[in-house]
Amino acid sequence: MFAVEQIPFTTPTLDFHALAPEFVVVGTIVVLVLVDLFTDELSKRVTSAIAGLGLIAALIPVLTLAASDESRSMFGGAYVVDRYSVILKALFLVSGYIVVLMSTHYIGEGDYWEGEYYTLILASVLGMMMMGSSRDMVTIFISLELLSIPAYMLAAWRKRDLDSGEAGMKYYLMGVFATAIMLYGISLLYGFAGTTLLSGIATAIDTGKAQSGVSLAIVFVLVGFAFKISAVPFHTWAPDTYQGAPTPVTAFLAVASKAAGFVALINLVFIAFPGQGTVVRAMLVPLAAITMTVGNLIALRQTNVIRMLAFSGVAQAGYMLVPLAVADLLPPDRADEAMRALLIYLVIYAAMNLGAFAVVISVARRTGSAEIESMRGMFQWAPGMMMALSIFLGGFAGIPPAGGWFGKFVIFKTAMDAGPRVGYFLAGLIAVNSVIAAFYYVRIIWTMVSHSPDDIAQQPLRTPAALRAAVLITSAVVVLTGIVPSLVSRITDTAVIVSTPSAIQVEAPPTTVAPPP
Amino acid sequence: MNLTSGQFWTSPITFAVFLPLIGVLVMLLIPKANEDLHKGIALVASLLTAAVGVVIHTQFEYGDAKTLQGVVDAEWIPFIHSRWIVGLDGISLPMFYLAMFVVPLCIIYSWNHIPHPGNAKAFMILLLVLETGMLGSFIAHDLILFFVFFEIVLLPMYFMIGVWGGENRQYASIKFFLYTLFGSALMIISFLAVFFLTKDAAGLALETFDMRLLTQHGRSIPWATAVVIFGGMFVGFGIKVPIFPFHTWLPDAHTQAPTVGSVILAAVLLKLGTYGFIRIALPILPQAAESWSPVIGLVASIGIIYGALCCLAQTDMKRLIAFSSVAHMGYVMLGIATLTDFGINAAIFGMVAHGLITGMLFFIAGSAKDRYHTLEIKRLGGLLVSAPRMGWILGLSTMASLGLPGLAGFWGEFPAILSAYSPKYPDRATLFFGWSQVVVFRGFMVVAALGTVLAAGYLLWLYQRVAFGTPPEEFADDPNIHDVTPFEWAAWLPMLVGIVVLGIYPNLIFKITNPAVTMVVQNAFGNGG
Repeated sequence: MFAVEQIPFTTPTLDFHALAPEFVVVGTIVVLVLVDLFTDELSKRVTSAIAGLGLIAALIPVLTLAASDESRSMFGGAYVVDRYSVILKALFLVSGYIVVLMSTHYIGEGDYWEGEYYTLILASVLGMMMMGSSRDMVTIFISLELLSIPAYMLAAWRKRDLDSGEAGMKYYLMGVFATAIMLYGISLLYGFAGTTLLSGIATAIDTGKAQSGVSLAIVFVLVGFAFKISAVPFHTWAPDTYQGAPTPVTAFLAVASKAAGFVALINLVFIAFPGQGTVVRAMLVPLAAITMTVGNLIALRQTNVIRMLAFSGVAQAGYMLVPLAVADLLPPDRADEAMRALLIYLVIYAAMNLGAFAVVISVARRTGSAEIESMRGMFQWAPGMMMALSIFLGGFAGIPPAGGWFGKFVIFKTAMDAGPRVGYFLAGLIAVNSVIAAFYYVRIIWTMVSHSPDDIAQQPLRTPAALRAAVLITSAVVVLTGIVPSLVSRITDTAVIVSTPSAIQVEAPPTTVAPPP
Repeated sequence: MNLTSGQFWTSPITFAVFLPLIGVLVMLLIPKANEDLHKGIALVASLLTAAVGVVIHTQFEYGDAKTLQGVVDAEWIPFIHSRWIVGLDGISLPMFYLAMFVVPLCIIYSWNHIPHPGNAKAFMILLLVLETGMLGSFIAHDLILFFVFFEIVLLPMYFMIGVWGGENRQYASIKFFLYTLFGSALMIISFLAVFFLTKDAAGLALETFDMRLLTQHGRSIPWATAVVIFGGMFVGFGIKVPIFPFHTWLPDAHTQAPTVGSVILAAVLLKLGTYGFIRIALPILPQAAESWSPVIGLVASIGIIYGALCCLAQTDMKRLIAFSSVAHMGYVMLGIATLTDFGINAAIFGMVAHGLITGMLFFIAGSAKDRYHTLEIKRLGGLLVSAPRMGWILGLSTMASLGLPGLAGFWGEFPAILSAYSPKYPDRATLFFGWSQVVVFRGFMVVAALGTVLAAGYLLWLYQRVAFGTPPEEFADDPNIHDVTPFEWAAWLPMLVGIVVLGIYPNLIFKITNPAVTMVVQNAFGNGG
């Protein structure tokens, strides 16, 4: 029998300033639940306003944290609030706010549960915010579950709709499957390193002992997140889920949830596996190459805008994997630039994608469909929305003045910086893919400008203010970042991942391991 | 007073680039029903831009055209080491003026020629955005800045063809778009390669996109790598020019584009490609340029003959003019391929002359289409009878296009052919059976000279069939066929004057370009050869 050993417990010291954004979001969730309990069906609309205000309010401590410019570490280094995580928190809060704007009318008019909807969205945003600060396998796992589980439910939010049920189910099963694989990888890593702290893992696995086991564990963990970011061949859930889920949720999944997956990958690649470049590269270079190519080729054939955006999102995930894949090949003094390139891309990609979905929602209010054909003649019945969507699609294709060019450019630059073999190969592949992708983006623009509209769409489109605001904010961000890219890069330039927390001792590996039941 | 270097906000050059955008912002605030107001604002914005051009003209030190003047070097995107570096010298100035000159004329011409399906607001906005992109490309001295301006042109032109174009506009616009995008993707990779590989005298990587610095260290990239990078730029710029194997988008785009779109495409956009060769590819990768020059010469002379032969086979007037562009840009590329100051001077003159002449021809084709509703050469005829002034203008333009001495076309074509007589490196062996460059280039010279004969052939044939004879029966009493309207006069007269004046006094351009070109050639290839 094992002797029960008394583990000394010390209450962790909380840095309330550092946790303030999370607290504000948690507070909003509580308020939402209470308000939802005590309002009648007709005044549920107030929940949307509360959710939006809560997200904006949470931005205030984020700004003060950004101004204070010091890194704060808590819970034995498992939770770090540094510039990098502050930028991500801002990104998730603003994305969440735009999703709320997009949802207001969709959910309100669609006879769906409103209070619960916003509660879940906020819970998921909370998980994402935590992901940015996670420096420990357990924290990463908790953040991931906190952001995923509400998303599973949200995907199935269109009750009585088979597609939506399918969307939720597929997403749930695939997500759980991926989580299981990842957990297995994490447990292996814990076995080798004896710690769940990312920095501790880094120092422990770089000794060269049990390299094959470590490699296996790394591959498992990366595969888990490959599901999350819908990298080929782990992307199969994405199109059906995107199509079946309510469109604002789709936007949320395609932008925020995917960004959170990349954040986790950044944390892992840069903090936990910095010495394991060979393994990471062997895994991520083919993954990036296949993902961008397959995503684009399938997107070519889509007739539904949302499915097309889904596959184009798959392809973009391929581009975003490139900096991670080559991070290890960069000159040591520029390794951080890979992370910054990815951050820049994430920010611009979020704005473009959210904007595109907002336009699709506002058009679908009229046509009731997301088929590309239903956008015929938009130039005549919704010229403003058409211009906005053209800007977003142009941004995806990487054409100035939309911001997408800059995102793509920094990825190109990182790839070229990584030197001849792998870097040039990936850069060339991105170039070829950009041309393929341009074709299907431009085809939509073409449908919008040149065909005569169908009969149903003769009078001009009326869009609610919240949706208009969403489109306006995102297109302003996209155009501004395209013309003055230093707006983003100046912010991301300050991002440094703080990995090694001060005065944290890596615990010795456990000497006794309980036999499996 | 000098065009001094200065701050971002006080520089007249920057101002000229952004003035059209200010016009766009104003127009965005006005509802689209107010069509005349939109046209007015667009015209004012473009004329004000031209007025700033006049101010720049008064301040530019022509005696010192070889140095970059009015330099603004401001922070832009520090993350990627890209800076806002703009300036004008003798090479960019003619192109800068050309873009400023053509856009107001296009707006005047469009006054009552807004093509189907209308919407003057959108049309004018696109024209002004195009102007910003074009002006910006010619002043940029940072590779990324150049790339951004180069790309800004893409979407407006796509819309112009795709929305206001002819029957087959979808095919044409998407072809234009994809070709150009492919070119830019290769271009940006080449730029990045230059960024990482160019080294300073101490062997440290420069890591800059500043063209001024890159040209100084042009020979630091190993030859083999440089040749590959040059290949990327060759395709990137070559698609825009377009040079022979990459030209197939051009006839489609030109034929389907609305008149004004064709004019801008021919007058300015194609020049972005050749300008890129002169400004970027040659000075930054001189070693590679030396190796590539016979290849450029070859595709240039193929383009000359191929374009001319295609012209002879065309049945549509606009398509014929489009193919003549391929041939004319062949002369420009031939001049560039010699790598001599003589050839490059001729090339720049050729760019300006082709801009004016072919722009003018597209104007006339557009107006003819408005009157006859067809451009099938077989069905036209007797223009000199039914619209005599227009007939004479067409005559003048075709004569200018075929290179009649005394008109602008001559001074682009003839010196370019002549320059091929003595390329920069006459004794170097080439890929072609090991013949020396002088032999190869003299071969090109003969081919190019033959091209002028063909040009005379197809242009005179065109003129003969369109203008001579009696009007065909179907158009004999058509009230639609009238002579040149006041708006057309206003748009065309400046161009015609330009064609004649440059033809009589070509030194107007040569004296600006020559010092700058001489210096670029000297820096890149030295005095010897």
